[in-house]
Amino acid sequence: MVEIERGILAKNDAYAARNRTRLNAGGIVSLNLLAGPGAGKTTLLVETLRALGGRVPAAVIEGDQQTANDAERIRATGTPAVQINTGKGCHLDAHLVGHALDELPLPPGGVLFIENVGNLVCPAAFDLGEDMRVTLLSVTEGEDKPLKYPDIFETADLVLLTKTDLLPYLDVDVDAIERNIARINPVASILHVCAKGPNGLAGWLDWLGEVRRRRLDRLAADSESRAQALRAAAEALP
Amino acid sequence: MHEMALCESLLDSLRDAARAHGFAKVTKVRLVVGPFAGVEVEALRFGFDVVMRGSLAEDARLEILDEPGTAWCFDCNETVGLPDRLSPCPACGGERLRPNGGTDMRIKDLEVM
Ligand SMILES: Nc1nc2c(ncn2[C@@H]2O[C@H](COP(=O)(O)OP(=O)(O)OP(=O)(O)O)[C@@H](O)[C@H]2O)c(=O)[nH]1
Ligand SMILES: Nc1nc2c(ncn2[C@@H]2O[C@H](COP(=O)(O)OP(=O)(O)OP(=O)(O)O)[C@@H](O)[C@H]2O)c(=O)[nH]1
Ligand SMILES: [Mg+2]
Ligand SMILES: [Mg+2]
Ligand SMILES: [Zn+2]
Repeated sequence: MVEIERGILAKNDAYAARNRTRLNAGGIVSLNLLAGPGAGKTTLLVETLRALGGRVPAAVIEGDQQTANDAERIRATGTPAVQINTGKGCHLDAHLVGHALDELPLPPGGVLFIENVGNLVCPAAFDLGEDMRVTLLSVTEGEDKPLKYPDIFETADLVLLTKTDLLPYLDVDVDAIERNIARINPVASILHVCAKGPNGLAGWLDWLGEVRRRRLDRLAADSESRAQALRAAAEALP
Repeated sequence: MHEMALCESLLDSLRDAARAHGFAKVTKVRLVVGPFAGVEVEALRFGFDVVMRGSLAEDARLEILDEPGTAWCFDCNETVGLPDRLSPCPACGGERLRPNGGTDMRIKDLEVM
């Protein structure tokens, strides 16, 4: 009998920890975007990158089972992107993301967006090393998705309700969606976005700016205390 | 749906353990799978048989141990037992809960030769 007591995903978690260390050391803020197929992840990214207008360095990792369509849509905005095709895989894992990072140099202060494979189930189980998880749910998907697929909502820092321009044409109850999200994850922020039409991303862009500022402040403070410790060590007698 | 990937990760861990502990064959694997681990046990069993074929764990028995589910209740401000993801808090009847136990799956131990 051999005792193991090790998580089944220990390997993934080790790669995720490596990605996290590497991203932190590089001063990069990273977001993992999760949602079902077609919820509007790529459209949100394209419009976000247009709104940022190159003022914030950014890069994108695109996960899909097949095709390079989404990476091409991102590159059309002038932003570097790497497409990962998972083949039979239904989610990104930290090992795949680590290889993609090799191809995406980003300066300190850069933002890395990782668009996961469109799937409301499996991506939730795999830590990629990201700072924040953002789960998208389009208003056309109905009220009960958070209750049917709790894992992907439970682990989110932010839930974006997308395609809100369509609300006038639907009989969906937005309050019920928000209640169901809060029931599964009482601490997640919830924001509405619309990628078609003016000003539909304002709340999300504010959130992104705030997260980036806080994250960079934190990394800077860590570097300063490390620098102080090193200086103090240098000044001590040999 | 990702049970295949879990089984592949499990096989990696078995190979690591075989190197570390110096065994050549696994005859039984015991896993702990919590109720909120997002794992479909039947799919896991199916994936196990497929993935272990031709490996050091071919024909190994798979035993799955339960673990109780618990959650943090934001109203009670404490951990409570939770039988089912969508049941209310057994203490206060509230619904603002976040699972904090029974959320993972891990390898407990192996029988080897
Ligand atoms: N009306 C409306 N349509 C939208 C909005 N955002 C996305 N769409 C449409 O929704 C469809 C899917 O959008 P994508 O951005 O490709 O969705 P995705 O989540 O990246 O899809 P996959 O990567 O294939 O899972 C496209 O036809 C978009 O034009 C929105 O805010 N409003
Ligand atoms: N406008 C419009 N809305 C629709 C139509 N069909 C469904 N919906 C809405 O789309 C949402 C999802 O509908 P469902 O029938 O639950 O979809 P489903 O495919 O069974 O969803 P899951 O079982 O959760 O995968 C609900 O809000 C429906 O009211 C339609 O023809 N027109
Ligand atoms: Mg996409
Ligand atoms: Mg249905
Ligand atoms: Zn309670």
